Formats: sequence, C-alpha cells, structure tokens
Amino acid sequence: MGTPLLSVENVTVSFNGFNALDGMSLHLMPTSIRVLIGPNGAGKSTLLDTIIGHVRPSAGRVVFKGHEITRMDEYKIVRRGICRKFQAPGILDNLTVAENLNLAARRHRECWRSFSVGLNKEVRAQVERVLTLVGLNDRKHALAGQLSHGQKQWLEIGMVVASDAELLLLDEPAAGMSHDESAQTAALIRELAKQHSLLVIDHDMAFVDQLDAPVSVMHMGRMLREGTLEEIRNDPQIAAVYLGRVKEVSVA
Amino acid sequence: MKKWSALSLDIVLLAALALAPLYLSAYHLSLLGRFLALAVLSLGISVIWGWGGILSLGQGVFWGLGAYVLAMHLKLTGLAPGDLPDFMMWSGLDHLPAWWKIFEHPAVAIAGVVVIPTIAGGLLAWLVFNRRVSGVYFSLLTQALALAFSTLLISQQAYTGGFNGLTDFSTILGHPMIDPGFQRNIYWITLGVLVLASIACRWLTHTAFGRVLVAIRDGESRVRFLGYHPAAYKTIAFAFGAMLAGISGALYVVHVGVISPAMVGVIPSIEMVIAVAVGGRSSLTGVVLGTLLVNFGKDWISSAMPEMWQLAMGALFILVVTALPQGLAGIPGLVEKLVLWSKGKREAKMADQPAIALVEKD
Ligand SMILES: Nc1ncnc2c1ncn2[C@@H]1O[C@H](COP(=O)(O)OP(=O)(O)O)[C@@H](O)[C@H]1O
Ligand SMILES: [Mg+2]
Repeated sequence: MGTPLLSVENVTVSFNGFNALDGMSLHLMPTSIRVLIGPNGAGKSTLLDTIIGHVRPSAGRVVFKGHEITRMDEYKIVRRGICRKFQAPGILDNLTVAENLNLAARRHRECWRSFSVGLNKEVRAQVERVLTLVGLNDRKHALAGQLSHGQKQWLEIGMVVASDAELLLLDEPAAGMSHDESAQTAALIRELAKQHSLLVIDHDMAFVDQLDAPVSVMHMGRMLREGTLEEIRNDPQIAAVYLGRVKEVSVA
Repeated sequence: MKKWSALSLDIVLLAALALAPLYLSAYHLSLLGRFLALAVLSLGISVIWGWGGILSLGQGVFWGLGAYVLAMHLKLTGLAPGDLPDFMMWSGLDHLPAWWKIFEHPAVAIAGVVVIPTIAGGLLAWLVFNRRVSGVYFSLLTQALALAFSTLLISQQAYTGGFNGLTDFSTILGHPMIDPGFQRNIYWITLGVLVLASIACRWLTHTAFGRVLVAIRDGESRVRFLGYHPAAYKTIAFAFGAMLAGISGALYVVHVGVISPAMVGVIPSIEMVIAVAVGGRSSLTGVVLGTLLVNFGKDWISSAMPEMWQLAMGALFILVVTALPQGLAGIPGLVEKLVLWSKGKREAKMADQPAIALVEKD
C-alpha cells in the first residue's frame, strides 16, 4: 500500500495526570481523506495539537514524510508541510480576505527573507486560485472580521490550502454551517483530496456521509475502530459509546 | 486620497522643520533640535508598539546606552593626553579602563552608539520572546530593567560619573560645542537623521516584514501556525527600535551636553511612551508631532508651574487612552466621522476600518 504520509504511533499526552491521548495511533496515506469522530473530550483536538507540535507527548512518536517531528517547534512542522484549521475560526479580523491569504501563501516565511515590498507572481496566482476554490472572490477586499460565520470557516480552509501544505488538519470545518454551506464544504474537501491529505474532525453524520471517506472513531484518548461509515454505524459497541449521543448533537 | 493627504501633511511638517532656523529664536531652535532627537526614539517605539503590539517601558535603557557611549567619547576628547576624567580621579581610579578607552576614536564611538543598543535590545528580545513572555509581563520586565539600569549607573560612580552622570563636554569632532554655528549644524544633522529614520520606518512597515508584524500583533498563534516564527520577527522589530533609541540618545547628548541616570530611568521611559501614545502609536507622522507637542508642553508647564508637570502628564495620558486611542493621528478620522454623522450617514463603516491603513489592497 506504500508508505504513509503521516504516522502517529502510540502517542500519550497527559494534562496534570489525565491522559487526553492514551496510546493513540493513526496512519494517513497521501491524497486521502480521513474522518475522525468521537464523543466530546475523546481527544480529537488534542491529537491535532500533538501533530502540529502545540502539545508535546509524553510517549510515542509522530512521523511525517519519513521524518520524526515529535518534539519540533510548531513553525518548523508547518514549514515541512502540515497546516491546521482551528476549531474556533483563526483568521485575522483586521486584515482583508486577500491579505489573510497572502500571509498564508507566502513561500518564504523566514524573517530574514521578509524584507521585500509587494508580492511575487506565484503568491498572487496562488491567492487567486484559492479565492476561486473557496468561493470568496467577490469578498476579496472585505475585512475578514465582517464575513459571515460560514465564510470565515471557508477563509480559514483557504488559508490552510494556500499554505501549500501536503497534510491539512481540519477541526470541525462545518461547525455552525447551514445545510447548504456544509454540503459545499464537503464538496470542497473532496476536491482538495485530489492534491492533499486531509484529516477532518466532525460531529455531524450527514456531513461525514458526504465526505465518503474512511472513518476513525476515537474514544477516551485512543482509537476505538476504523472502517467505512456504514461499518461504524452498524457496530453495536460504537452505537453504545457514541452514536446515540451524536444524534442528539447533530440534531441540535 | 488618504495617502495623498498624509503625504502632504508630511511635506508641510518637513518644510516647517527645515525653515525653523529662519523663524525660531536660538533658544527655541535648540529646544526643537533636542525634541527632534527624541522623535527618532519615538519612531522606534511606534514600530515596536504600534505595529508589533509590544509595549516597552524600558526604552530609556537603549536610549541611555547610546547617550552614554557618545558621552564617554565626548568626555575623552576634551582631555589632555594621559589625563583621566575628573570624576574618575575623585573616585581614586589611576588609569582609564579599556572599555572606556576604545570610545576615544570617533568611528568606534559612532559604531558603538548604533550597535550596542541594537545588540542589547536584540538579545533581550530573543531570550524573552522565545520563552513566549509577552503583553503586560514584557512591559513590567522592561520597566524593571530601566530601574536596574539607572541604579547600576548611580552605583558605579567611578566608571559612570554616578548620580551626576557625564557632562562638561567641550568639543565634538574638533568643533567647539558652544559655538552658535555649531548649534545650527547640529540642528540640521538631527533633522537629517530624523528624516532618514522615518524613511527607514516607512519602508520597514511596508515590507512583508511589516505585514507579518501586524499579523503577529493581532493573532500571534495563527501566524505561528502558518509557519512563521513570531519571536524572530518581534526580535528584529525590537532591535530596530533599540537602535533608533540609541541614536536618539546620542543626538540628545550633543544637544544638551549632559547625560545622567535620572534621564534614563523609569519615569523618562514612561514619558517616552506617553509622547508616542499622544501622537498615535500607529502613525509615523503622528508620533513625531506628539513628541514635539508633549515636550514643548513639558517645557512650558515646568517653567510656569514646575510641580504640575507629572500631574499634567498623567492627565494627558488618561485623556488619550480613554478618549483618543489613536492619538493625534486619530483626529482626522474622528472629524470625518463627525461630518458623516452630521450628514446622517450613520451607517458609514468608519469604525470598522483597521487601526492601521498600512496594508495596501493586494
Ligand atoms: N490544555 C489542556 N489542559 C487540560 N486539559 C485539556 C487541555 N486540552 C484538552 N484537555 C482535556 O483533554 C480532553 C480531550 O480534549 P479534546 O482533545 O479537546 O477533545 P475533543 O476535541 O475530542 O472534544 C478533554 O477532557 C479536555 O478537557
Ligand atoms: Mg475538539
């Protein structure tokens, strides 16, 4: 099957003695989507924190493109090709949509290479491409803070894409979106999977269904089951720990 | 439109300053000269605070380093060969320490004025920002540093002149300093340095560096997760601000002929920040105007009612922070807003404009 793009191996993360991740493992192939579900507090966001270097694991390792990145600084991990969308929109409200994307799309992020005025052609082209991709072309010069909630989510997805990372980590990209918006987001993610690998966290089963991708279920800091959504749905153990509760969440 | 009116304000200000020797008395010209020297410092504070969001309450340290380095040079050039500065003899030193002697050469002194504060500021920033100390903790840390610096200067009487500092300079690069022609020349030099510093700041804030700096100010962790290293950007900004502070301190010494610990401690460091807040910390023209205004105001109040100055300063600061957060530079926007409002265009989106209009469309 080839070598994985990302391997999370037996990772444990503890906060004051509580193991938010407890021997978690996960393998991701290039240009694929993986959906991560699990009840609140299962450790999904903590897993993303660990991959991106925000949280240091006490045991286990994270390997990306054959290199161990377990204890690297966040910005160095990002430069290797992993970018993350946060659960709460992490855009810069005082900059315009285009400026947010410019920031994400710049190829040279080292401080000593930042003393130039203007943007180079590739960055401009990249920003234009992403604007079209996420459907924010007509909002290009709007301040990011003035976008609707759904547009903010798209802008942040756009920033992650503009960064040209191979692996995109999306934490609840469709949270708070209307039915239509969430369908558009699912289509966008499927489109992105042609060139990127995506690890997508979400609660909403209707949304997950539209992603049409393998699902990993987390529970209490570790992997409970992996399979198609159909298999997961029909698994009695998962229904017991999880699906019953999810229905309530996704209806709300 | 905005850009042009800002540019024409700059031109008017520059013309007024360039022609000042024609219409100001010698006394007021010398005041203006020393305040322009301080404006160089304010530009640096503007970059680190207005753009970088880093509030330093210890700029007196870097300003003082530049000032003391030049003062050491001036002290040495006035001596007969083999002589010691007066305060060293009084303290019982029998030879000149090597770290004093090197500044005898003017090129070394000028290099020291620029390089020493830059390195000190850069080193401090690198250590502190890599540990993710920021916000009010950074401000308190720099304030403590200003206190420690002035205390150190006072305690090392034999090397620093102690409480009285360094004074009684006679010549600079062979020119007698009391000469009226010299006073005029030093005014031109100061204005020239201010113009250069302000061009450098304008350039810096328009580069990608400036944009990233603003982005770090508004969302440090978002920027980090885009693969930028915020500590590196903040360190460069801070070192740049420290460099301008050092240059400003050296120029100031040439104007006033004295430097002492009281001029570099906590209170002066806070006054430096207040002048910038009054001008508008994110406006490079505003901070120059603010510095001139606050310091002329200080001169006027403290000669009329000496005990009122600190009170007035405090009141001014409170007024600016509460009523005019963008300082003098916020007034045009406020006026525009009032005009629009009186025309009934309440929905005008003025309030939603970014605090800094440095980022061009695209
Ligand atoms: N910084 C932190 N400090 C302490 N506990 C944390 C921290 N981050 C997460 N946790 C805890 O770890 C567990 C997993 O959290 P999280 O990864 O956010 O879950 P999920 O995203 O699956 O809902 C929760 O019990 C949460 O309270
Ligand atoms: Mg979460």
